[in-house]
Amino acid sequence: MSGPTVFGLCAAVAVGLGLYGLITNPHPLRKIIAFNLLGSGVFLLFGAVGRRGAAASVGNDPVPQALVITGVVVAFSATALAIALLLRLFQKTGSTTLSSGAPPNASSDPSGG
Amino acid sequence: MSIAAAFEVALAAVVLGLGIWTIAVRETYSATVGFVAYGLLVALIWVRLDAVDVALTEAAIGGGLGGVLLLGAAARLRDAGPTAAEAPGKVVRVTAAILSVLTAAALAGAVLLLPDPAPTLAPKAVANASATGLANPVTNVLMAFRAMDTMLEKVVLLLAIIGVWSLAPDDAWGGHPGPRHQADPLGVLVFLARLLPPIGIVVGIYIFWTGANHPGGAFQGGAILASMWLLAIMAGLTDTPPVGRRWLRFILVAGPGLFLVVGLGGLWFGAAFLAYPPAQAKPLILGIEVAMILTIAATLGLLLAGAPERSVK
Repeated sequence: MSGPTVFGLCAAVAVGLGLYGLITNPHPLRKIIAFNLLGSGVFLLFGAVGRRGAAASVGNDPVPQALVITGVVVAFSATALAIALLLRLFQKTGSTTLSSGAPPNASSDPSGG
Repeated sequence: MSIAAAFEVALAAVVLGLGIWTIAVRETYSATVGFVAYGLLVALIWVRLDAVDVALTEAAIGGGLGGVLLLGAAARLRDAGPTAAEAPGKVVRVTAAILSVLTAAALAGAVLLLPDPAPTLAPKAVANASATGLANPVTNVLMAFRAMDTMLEKVVLLLAIIGVWSLAPDDAWGGHPGPRHQADPLGVLVFLARLLPPIGIVVGIYIFWTGANHPGGAFQGGAILASMWLLAIMAGLTDTPPVGRRWLRFILVAGPGLFLVVGLGGLWFGAAFLAYPPAQAKPLILGIEVAMILTIAATLGLLLAGAPERSVK
C-alpha cells in the first residue's frame, strides 16, 4: 500500500472518531476537540488526494494544499470563537452544561453584562 | 516493506492511537494534551505527503497556537462541575458508533477507489507561474489563482475577532483581553520570553519572505510572529492592548482592506476583480502579503488572548 493510501485511510478513521466524539461526549470542550479531529481528518483526505495528483515536479497538487492552508486558519478562528463562548458561559453560569434546563447555580456572575 | 513504508504505517498508527485517546480518555485535560501531540504528528504526515507549506501551517497553527488555546481553556475550565449526568444513553452511543463507522468506511472506500491516473491541477499551476513571477506554486494559488478564497478568509478572521470581543462584560467593554499574566522575573519563562523573540521575529519574517519561491508564506510567518508576541504577554513582560485602540483596529483591517483595494483596482483598470496587471503582479502580491502578515499575527494573537476582561484604567 502506498503512502497516500495509508494516510488517506488514517484520515477516514480520524473523521469517524471525531464524529463519534462530537455526538457522544457531553463536555463542550471535548466536543470542540472532537470537531477539530474531524476537520483534521478532512484536511488529511485533501492531502492524500493531492499527493496522488503530484505532477510537473510538484510533490502535491498545490490547489488542495492552498485550500487546506485556508481551512486550517478558518478552523483555528472558529475554535477560538467557540472557546471564547464557552469561557463566557462558564464565567456567567459557573457551569459548562449545554442542556436546555436551568443551570445549577445560575446568576453567579458579579460582572454583569 | 521498505523502511519508508514501515515508517508511514507506524506514523499513521500512532496518530490514530492519539486520536482514540483524545476521544476516549476520561480527563478533559489529558484529552487536550493528546490532541496537541496529535496535531504535531499530523504535521509530520504532511511532510510525508510532500506538502511542506501545509506542514508548516499545521505545526504553527494546528499544533502550536491551537494547543495553547485548548490547554488554556482546559486549565480555566478545570473547576467546572462534572457533566457525567448528561452522558448520552446506550441507544445514542450505539447509533453514533454505527454512523461513525459507516462514515469512516465510506471515506475509506472512496480513498481506495480513487481514479487512476489522478486528476491534478499541478501542471497548470506551474505553467502559469510566469504570470506572477513567484516560484512557489502554493503561494501562487493562494495569492493569485484563488486569491478570492484568501481574501474572504481574512474577512472570516476579522469576523471571529469581532465575535470574541463582543463577548466582553459591560464593565470591560473595549478593555484588555484576557487576564494580566504574572511570572517569576528570574524564572525560565521570563528568560525565554527575553531570549526567543528576537530570533523568532527573524525566523517569522524569513519564512514569510522565502514563501515567494519556497515553502512558507504569510500564514506560517504570521503564526510565528503571533507566538512570539504571546510569549512576551504570558511572561508578563507586556500587556494585551485595549481592544478599543485605533492603531490596533487599523492593523486588523489592513490585510483584507489592502486586498480589497487591489482587487477593486483590478476591476477598474484591468480584466477582472483581483486581476493583477502582469508587470506589477509580484510587487502587488508582496505588498498585500506584508499587510496580511501583520493582520494575521495581530488577529491570531488576539484570538488567543480571548474576550476583553479588564477595563482600561
